[in-house]
Amino acid sequence: MFLAQSSPYLQPGLNVSKMMRVVTLLMVPGILTATYVFGYGVLINILLAIVFALSFEAIILYLRKRPVKVYINDNSALLTAVIIGVAIPPLAPWWLTFVGVFFAIVVAKQLYGGIGYNTFNPAMVAYAILLISFPAQMTTYWQTPAMLLSQVDGQTLSLLETVQFQLFSQLPANVTMDALTSASPLGIVRTSVLSGAATIAEIDAQGNAFGVFGGIGTEWVNLAFLAGGLFMLRKGLISWHIPISLLAMLGFLSLLFGSFELDSNPSPMFHLFSGATMLGAFFIATDPVTAATTPKGRIFYGAGIGALIYIIRTWGGYPDAIAFSVLLMNMCVPLLDYYTQPRVYGHKVENNDQEQS
Amino acid sequence: MKQPIKNSQTQQSIAGSIKAGLYKLWSFPGGIKLPGNKSQSNHQPITSAKTARQLVIPLTQHIGQAAEPVVQVGDKVLKGQILGHAHGVISAPVHASGSGVVSAIEERPIPHPSGLSALCVVIDTDDYEQCVEYTPLIRENKVSEAQAGETRENSADKQSISDLSNEDINSQIADAGIVGLGGALFPAAAKLHTAEKMHTETLIINAAECEPYITCDDVLMRYRPEEVILGILLIKKVVGAKKCLIGIEDNKPEAYEALLNAISGYTHTHKTTHTEPQIEIIPVPARYPAGGEKQLIQVLTGKEVPSRGLPMDIGIICHNVATAASVYQAVYRGEPLITRIVTITGGAIKVPQNMEVPIGTPIRDVLTQAGLNEDKIEKVIMGGPMMGFALPSIDIPVTKATNCLLISEKDELATPPPAMPCIRCARCSDSCPMSLLPQQMYWYAKSRELDKLQEYNIFDCIECGCCSYACPSNIPLVQYYRYAKNEITNEAEERNKADLARKRHEFREERLEKAKLAKAEAARLRKEKLAKKKALDAEKAKQEEAEGTSSDAKSDSKVSEKSTDSVDLIQEAIARAKIKKAQQQSQRKNTENLTEDQQKQINEANERRRKKSQTE
Ligand code: SF4
Ligand code: SF4
Repeated sequence: MFLAQSSPYLQPGLNVSKMMRVVTLLMVPGILTATYVFGYGVLINILLAIVFALSFEAIILYLRKRPVKVYINDNSALLTAVIIGVAIPPLAPWWLTFVGVFFAIVVAKQLYGGIGYNTFNPAMVAYAILLISFPAQMTTYWQTPAMLLSQVDGQTLSLLETVQFQLFSQLPANVTMDALTSASPLGIVRTSVLSGAATIAEIDAQGNAFGVFGGIGTEWVNLAFLAGGLFMLRKGLISWHIPISLLAMLGFLSLLFGSFELDSNPSPMFHLFSGATMLGAFFIATDPVTAATTPKGRIFYGAGIGALIYIIRTWGGYPDAIAFSVLLMNMCVPLLDYYTQPRVYGHKVENNDQEQS
Repeated sequence: MKQPIKNSQTQQSIAGSIKAGLYKLWSFPGGIKLPGNKSQSNHQPITSAKTARQLVIPLTQHIGQAAEPVVQVGDKVLKGQILGHAHGVISAPVHASGSGVVSAIEERPIPHPSGLSALCVVIDTDDYEQCVEYTPLIRENKVSEAQAGETRENSADKQSISDLSNEDINSQIADAGIVGLGGALFPAAAKLHTAEKMHTETLIINAAECEPYITCDDVLMRYRPEEVILGILLIKKVVGAKKCLIGIEDNKPEAYEALLNAISGYTHTHKTTHTEPQIEIIPVPARYPAGGEKQLIQVLTGKEVPSRGLPMDIGIICHNVATAASVYQAVYRGEPLITRIVTITGGAIKVPQNMEVPIGTPIRDVLTQAGLNEDKIEKVIMGGPMMGFALPSIDIPVTKATNCLLISEKDELATPPPAMPCIRCARCSDSCPMSLLPQQMYWYAKSRELDKLQEYNIFDCIECGCCSYACPSNIPLVQYYRYAKNEITNEAEERNKADLARKRHEFREERLEKAKLAKAEAARLRKEKLAKKKALDAEKAKQEEAEGTSSDAKSDSKVSEKSTDSVDLIQEAIARAKIKKAQQQSQRKNTENLTEDQQKQINEANERRRKKSQTE
């Protein structure tokens, strides 16, 4: 007579689609800031990534005979696309985005079984593959931050010029690649310190790496992502465990080592507010599908990523390390989840085993 | 800090909202804030249901064995008359909730999650509302009245709770058929009896009522606070608890105040005696499922009920306010549990309200009285939206378990959207008050790995529904757990059955062996008899030869022959009896064993059910 269905019957407030949509929307402040600092390339990357991602997703879903509309509407491909768009260099040629999105959506996500089944964070798989395959484009196509332009005699591209460059590799006649781009603050610090060319104080004096409190240019982007992230926390979209433990670990390690060797270690603030730290902490590491799920497991997971970021940034072969750190910790998730199960109500810690048997 | 509430304390005004107070509270993990939806139904006094033309009163309205009917079709019964006696240790009697004639005793559908039928006594009511004469233990003496008149105080002193013996109170509770009204439905007397034996320290009264929409406890406390408090005092006396904590969600300031006043009224009238109520009312933060028995205990005491254990194991007994009120009714008025307060609410009800409904009244009657908009009905849910269950029809009776009837209109409650894959977001485990891992349990339930499920403690799940509610992929998690629990239980039963079959086989073998032995014995006797007969015949022949044929001798020998024959017959009979006995013995052992096992199963099942329903 009436609809039979098991309790609970209460209308839940959240679904995957909405969750992903809101998370994506909360990236907007960061994206706008990035566009201001690094030029229109950021927006174009994101746009291209979205188009590619949704197309790939739809095609694969169709081939796998899944309801295309239902799964496209979950907005997870959208979020992945936006993260890739923000993460790759603003002047990246279109095919870089294409290859990245292909690996993210087709290989890392759908071949593993689609949403919920992938072991590795799709966006970070894409990033890592691009970084290994196309190191030049991935590290040098960063447009000079707006704050540095006057200082280094840099040039910028208009929207149209950017599109032309990204799609057809055509630069306006009077613009050279060198004048357009500059190394990222993290890259400068790493190369100078590793080669022993300069101490932190000397880099500071040059004024092309350190901004007001973090990496020049990127500090504002990080701040904007931090704002978005804090809002997510407040709204309960993500739990605090991963971002906070990640940032705390990164800050702690940079403070620890920084206090030994001031000359070769930038301050915690620099680590926290340069590169993709905040984006990584709040929007990438918290990807539900590939993160740890138990409370303790998430703390270890976040702290692990934080530690790896510091290690790779300081001693590794790449200036930034979010992708590799996240992927490495992705591999540990099953172990973390298994060994950090919370104590169930009414079970004593000591005789847990007895009670289970 | 942990002071009993005294007059001075109650005089401070608590209008508006409840202050957190000085009491130290603990917290439970997980839980969710839910929209209350309580204001629709808790603003008007309790109404009474009209007497229905026909009452259908199930003989099982409690955990344990069904009551045994003591009336027959055609009997005239009075209101309050016993219809079925408690049968077994864990059982409760059932009473007529109206006067009339028993027109049938038969299986009828009852409100139950699995749509069960059960034996019901059907009464065609008359209009006389004739009542049996109740025998209260204490003369009714409402606190408020006593407060007003000094004259009553003497009699109250003579007949106060402390004058009663525990046995008297408990047998009155047992006779009244009182069961846990918070949803547990466990016979109250049995629970109190065990608690008394186990020297329970703390009595916790569950007044949290954390599920959305339900307000029956809220209004009960608002409008009949004295009954609640006196009932609590009675329970407290029976279990011998030193202190009593009433846990009430902080979204019920009116009920809180009413209880507080009732307590101060009581202390006022009893100031000459040594009875201090020692009751504390403690507001707890409103967060579902704060009213779950285990959660409430955790919040109020910081202790955890051991897994697979009972609150009594840690010196606590938990009762619901409505149960306390019915204890009051039984002791002060001698009234059995024949009505209960039901919240009738939801979008398809014109006047959401709380109604005192005689047990057995058809749900349709109740809804109609509250203004049912039959076109608008989408779902009919008994209980709350988190833990209740959908009823297949409204033509079934209200029982002792019916705390709320939620009749939703379109879009009021969730229609299940297609479940998406789990995205491992951990919102489920973050909201689980038992610190379980619903996601993992879901995977194992899906792949039917029952051992793994038990490793992940699926039987600690209280089926509160938090995880399902929180899941953004709309996965009906609790449904999976219910199913899996059933599977596991069934499998265990299967195993038991197999064990039983094996045992039966062994017994059969043994029996056959015994029978064989007995047969051999019989055969031996027969042979002996034959041999004797032969010997006798030979002797006879000899005699005949020797003495010649004389009729006397012949008859003599015949007599002797007969007598030996009869001895043989007796022996044979004994052997036969032995066979039979052997057979019977093995059979009896068989059945004995069976019942023992079954009893165990029944007990386990009861225990499970009881635990399941501990959360209201
Ligand atoms: S809430 Fe749902 S989607 Fe999230 S982990 Fe739990 S079961 Fe999976
Ligand atoms: S239904 Fe069970 S698993 Fe889900 S939240 Fe409640 S106790 Fe935890």
